[in-house]
Amino acid sequence: MLRRAATETQITHGRRVWLYVLVGLTVLFLILPSLLVIPLSFSDSRFLQFPPPGWSVRWYEAYFAAIEWRDATIVSLTAAAFTTVVSTVLGTLAAYSLHTARSRLGQVAYLVFVAPLVIPGILVAIGIFLLYAQVGLNNTLPGIVLAHSVMAIPLVVITVASGLKNYDMSQEMVARSLGAGRPWAFLTVTLPQIKVSVIAGALLAFITSLDEVVISLFIAGGDKATLTRRMFNALRDEIDPTIAAISTLLIAVSVLLLGLSQSVQARKG
Amino acid sequence: MTADAAAAVPGRGARDEAPNAARYRTAERRESAALGSLALPALLLIFAIALAPNLWLGWMSFRGAGGFTLAHYQRLWHPNYLLTLRTTFELSFLVTAICVALGYPLAYMIAQSRPRVAALLLLLVLFPVWTSLLVRCYAWLVLLQRRGLINTWLTDAGIIDGPLRLVHNFTGTTIGMVHIMLPFMVLPLYAAMRAISRDYMRAAANLGASPVKAFWQVYVPLSLPGLMAGVIIVFVLCLGFYVTPALLGGGRVMMWSMQIERTVTYHSDWGAASALGVVLLAMTLLILWLVGRLVGFRRIMGAG
Repeated sequence: MLRRAATETQITHGRRVWLYVLVGLTVLFLILPSLLVIPLSFSDSRFLQFPPPGWSVRWYEAYFAAIEWRDATIVSLTAAAFTTVVSTVLGTLAAYSLHTARSRLGQVAYLVFVAPLVIPGILVAIGIFLLYAQVGLNNTLPGIVLAHSVMAIPLVVITVASGLKNYDMSQEMVARSLGAGRPWAFLTVTLPQIKVSVIAGALLAFITSLDEVVISLFIAGGDKATLTRRMFNALRDEIDPTIAAISTLLIAVSVLLLGLSQSVQARKG
Repeated sequence: MTADAAAAVPGRGARDEAPNAARYRTAERRESAALGSLALPALLLIFAIALAPNLWLGWMSFRGAGGFTLAHYQRLWHPNYLLTLRTTFELSFLVTAICVALGYPLAYMIAQSRPRVAALLLLLVLFPVWTSLLVRCYAWLVLLQRRGLINTWLTDAGIIDGPLRLVHNFTGTTIGMVHIMLPFMVLPLYAAMRAISRDYMRAAANLGASPVKAFWQVYVPLSLPGLMAGVIIVFVLCLGFYVTPALLGGGRVMMWSMQIERTVTYHSDWGAASALGVVLLAMTLLILWLVGRLVGFRRIMGAG
């Protein structure tokens, strides 16, 4: 095995052991820390010990019993749900528009769409804070949804645009030549075929909103504090194992969404 | 309608094609405009919420009590701010360098693996991206803090006497940021490497290049666009990064973004904050522009 050639240039596996070790350690570095949090959340100790001295679900009970954590969770989930709807609809429309209009303005539109990804988060955050202070949207659910949508729309546009690239537009032309209007042709012919990328975009939008931190620190206070904002403040003060329980739940959500996204995309091919 | 049919009908021919074509062009233009307008809601939302306030901040950075002023920028020429700038660049360079050192072999391995192994490795790289930023910062705090797991293990094993300072400093911030940034290095690198045909390496070997020489003279140059994209994405993200330095730096690592937050939150000094913001944005855009000229902007974003 070790003497067999591993590459086109006939380097053997034996001569690449160092590479396997390095890559293995890098992968462990990437995933192990987050996974370590899971057993800690079931510890019965206040202190961080690994392996935990005993097992319990007391930190989950503490999380579900605390009103401020529960409220924050509700705010976060609601905001993420609305953000998903808003950004998926607007992002899909925009991607379709950029794909079909073929106007020179597309270049400008493209720059606007990458802007939220390129401008440092802290600047987007203080800008929104300043704007919302003028129009009274700070610490409101619509304010959070609009801000999160701005961060999520570019991801939806990129995902759906790549789906449209692999779609043969002449199918929609056929539907239209048979008498379907453009909106009807889009909904019944095009949309079902780019469904996969739209769903992938929607999942990305949901996780983007749920995990968004910096903007929420500025614009989501009071009774509209998001889960991430409360977690951020809790991490700054004292580390309570309740965070381990919340983290484990968030990891479960991430794994679920990543799994969904992967399986949807796998079914396509 | 074929040419024969057109000729057969009296009065229909070459003469009537001109107005038809014009009408067709108008209709096409109208349709193109209608389709273009579908992007408007999204564009307007992004412009109103992400862009316009930043333009406003830019304008404010030049405004003082008596109209136009450069005072906000002059105040930035101060040892404190210069130190922040130095820390920001040092940390960004260091994190980017470590990400290259760890990310290149990982991406190479994924690109070389059989499809199933590659899919598994990719999933392991994507898992952190989908995991909440705060969860990952929390995990590092748990591992690295004074009475954290690493210190406990090392003390119990008798390797160290007292706890090591691993977090709430430059070290902890670097570790945490590499953890966040590494996937953004690996993904564009992998995209570039996957496109490299294996025949090139085979050809290099056939022509007598040693494996090491073939790697450095054939493979590395071909992977360079991906490497460039990864380096730029990571470096630019590092420059403006806030959450991880704020949590793992423990106030000892002052990044440019944290200076902005502090100026707004504690001092409500919008003049200074906006000047700080303009400098950060200018640095970011300058780097993107320079690299855009070198390798092409679309390529960077497309690869990411």
